[in-house]
Amino acid sequence: MQKALKKYAAFFTLPTLLAFAVAFLAPFLIGIYLSFTKFSTITDAQWVGFGNYAKAFEQGGDFLHSLGFTACFAAITIVSINGIAFLFALMLTRKLRGTNFFRTVFFMPNLIGGIVLGYIWQLILNGVLYHVGQTVISDATYGFWGLVVLVNWQMIGYMMVIYIAGIQNVPQDLLDAAAVDGASSGQVLRHVTIPMVMPSITICLFLTLTNSFRLFDQNLALTGGQPGKDSAMLALNIYQTFYGTPGYEGVGQAKAVVFFLLVAGIALLQLRLTKRKEVEA
Amino acid sequence: MKQWKKGLAAVLAMLTAGSIAACGSSNTASSGTAPAGTGSAPAKSAYAGETVYYLNFKPEVADVYKEIAQEYEMETGVKLKVVTAASNTYEQTLKSELAKSQAPTIFQINGPVGYNNWKDYCLDLKDTDLYKHLTDKTLAVTSGSGVYGIPNCVEGYGIIYNDAIMKKYFALADKDKSVTATSADQIRNFATLKAVVEDMTKHRDELGIKGVFSSTSFSNGEDWRWQTHLLNIPLYYEWKDINATQNPAVTGYAQKEIAFRYADNYKNIFDLYLNNSVTRKTLLGGKSVDDSMAEFAMEKSAMVQNGSWAWSQISKVGGNKVRKSDIKFLPIYTGVSGEEKQGICYGTENFLSVNKKADEKLQKASVEFLNWLYTSSSGKKYVYRSDKLGFIAPFDTFSEKERPDDPLTQEVSKWMSGKDVTNVTWSFQAFPSQNFKNAVGASLLKYTQGKEDWNGVKADVVNDWKSEKEKS
Repeated sequence: MQKALKKYAAFFTLPTLLAFAVAFLAPFLIGIYLSFTKFSTITDAQWVGFGNYAKAFEQGGDFLHSLGFTACFAAITIVSINGIAFLFALMLTRKLRGTNFFRTVFFMPNLIGGIVLGYIWQLILNGVLYHVGQTVISDATYGFWGLVVLVNWQMIGYMMVIYIAGIQNVPQDLLDAAAVDGASSGQVLRHVTIPMVMPSITICLFLTLTNSFRLFDQNLALTGGQPGKDSAMLALNIYQTFYGTPGYEGVGQAKAVVFFLLVAGIALLQLRLTKRKEVEA
Repeated sequence: MKQWKKGLAAVLAMLTAGSIAACGSSNTASSGTAPAGTGSAPAKSAYAGETVYYLNFKPEVADVYKEIAQEYEMETGVKLKVVTAASNTYEQTLKSELAKSQAPTIFQINGPVGYNNWKDYCLDLKDTDLYKHLTDKTLAVTSGSGVYGIPNCVEGYGIIYNDAIMKKYFALADKDKSVTATSADQIRNFATLKAVVEDMTKHRDELGIKGVFSSTSFSNGEDWRWQTHLLNIPLYYEWKDINATQNPAVTGYAQKEIAFRYADNYKNIFDLYLNNSVTRKTLLGGKSVDDSMAEFAMEKSAMVQNGSWAWSQISKVGGNKVRKSDIKFLPIYTGVSGEEKQGICYGTENFLSVNKKADEKLQKASVEFLNWLYTSSSGKKYVYRSDKLGFIAPFDTFSEKERPDDPLTQEVSKWMSGKDVTNVTWSFQAFPSQNFKNAVGASLLKYTQGKEDWNGVKADVVNDWKSEKEKS
């Protein structure tokens, strides 16, 4: 068996490896290279060194503004999505009537694409703001909270499903033991359930964190960064830099590299921190 | 079990490989290569068997190019491949297509700014027949003595009005005494326009409209009528002052800074739009161009600023009440002295360029194809007929009769040939970037919401120009 595996290892991994190299590794490396060049198509790039990186951070400071906007957004949505999703999961793992129905209902928004969701919520929010004579792009604050509501609505169901799976896997004998020892439901939650679903929390935090930073379609469809660039998040800012000014493709690319390092760094840090809290039953 | 696992792995491997292959060939654009010819017709071109590749800018006519490709191959034996970029993605598509080994041989640039970006790819078309047939040579994109972009259609824009409502208004017994005009075509300056519009607003219930002008649309990506088209007018006059004989777009392209001297004229017309609108000012951020056109079609408004392409949009609105014979153009008057002679804004941002980096044979075949399309009788019919491309082609090979029969396009032809009329040419080709236009749009939106005063807008326009110009 071992021998056979070794013999065919190359054969089995090659397609995947090729796919990885062609569809991920090559574009990624070319992308990094392009961030140091001035180009209009990828075949006529001219080396300019770190100039693009300098331009990325000057330019009226809109990149830093987007960074701040995105960071605030991420902080709020990570807490709200995970908090609410966990509460829903707790509720829907009780033996209540209609839990399956509600699980389906909560999960459904996740099946709709980001662009469509953005337009739907734009209509809803404009309809609400109509009563105060405003629209969602009147002020970046509306755009911000609009996005928060939208993303919560979209992501809570998904995270809830992961938490439900985690909660259902808490061993019954642990819960029974806690009950015999006279633990209150609060104590059970704090000392049994949460430590046992830590792997789910790690996954959910990772997903919401990276999603918040990479958010693009919803942002594009809901506000498109309006007014001005005030409600543009990082991904949209990069997109607008790349296509908005001729000759600024390289700067957009440099921003994208910075963006990658940032998201990868934060996500790795988070994984390391929460992994440490995971326990074995 | 082992067998089963092996089978599964093989299937997965195949799927993965399959999906890579799919990535390579998938394209959001539609490709329109003609089927192979019947073989009975002898090949007439020296380039028979070659493939000319045209990257089309207008999604609405993508199907027409399929017909053209079929006929062209039958006639000459040259294959025509047409790929159409999805709406608003031309630059993106061009960027990726030009990097391929089978790059487009014919593509479009949007004026001097586009040329500056793609100059390494644009062939000099000075000696082509197509350029010789161009009626107004100042329309072409030139640099030094070379010609790098030839316009393939001209379009016009202005204030579209519904003559039925205007007639109803002029027939009113109690209209304001200061209004001396007796029909819409007597409106020949801003003062008259303003008097008429404001009086119409007073009588809007009798006229059955909600406002004179359709919504000044400002939702995301829907503000181009203000940050590009309307802004054209003050800057046209500014650049005309600098050099009266040169094409203002060329003058404008050379300006590192602008003064925005006619800012108050812009404000005149913009305020008129806002104050006599169907929609309250603060709610304009939720309106799209489609909304505006629908308001016009449903006769909720009597006027809307838009261009010759708008008729197809208006006529397709469900419940359209506007008749073909009632739709007319009025120039956009802003209160500039001598504007009684001003016409509508006409020009183009569609320039054909031939790829210099393509194989020389293909370059020649491309030029030959363009020649065929715009000069031969079999090609021309595809160009001017309303149900085909429907272009007003600026070449002397097209007779007066060979024009689209769409009402707005006919209006454009009328204004273009009008005596004693100076039409405003499209100078916004010189605007430095999309970023500039978006920034102007954002300032205008703030102004409509009362968050910025007019001096602020003026300063923004001047500063945005300067900073975007420095980048290029």
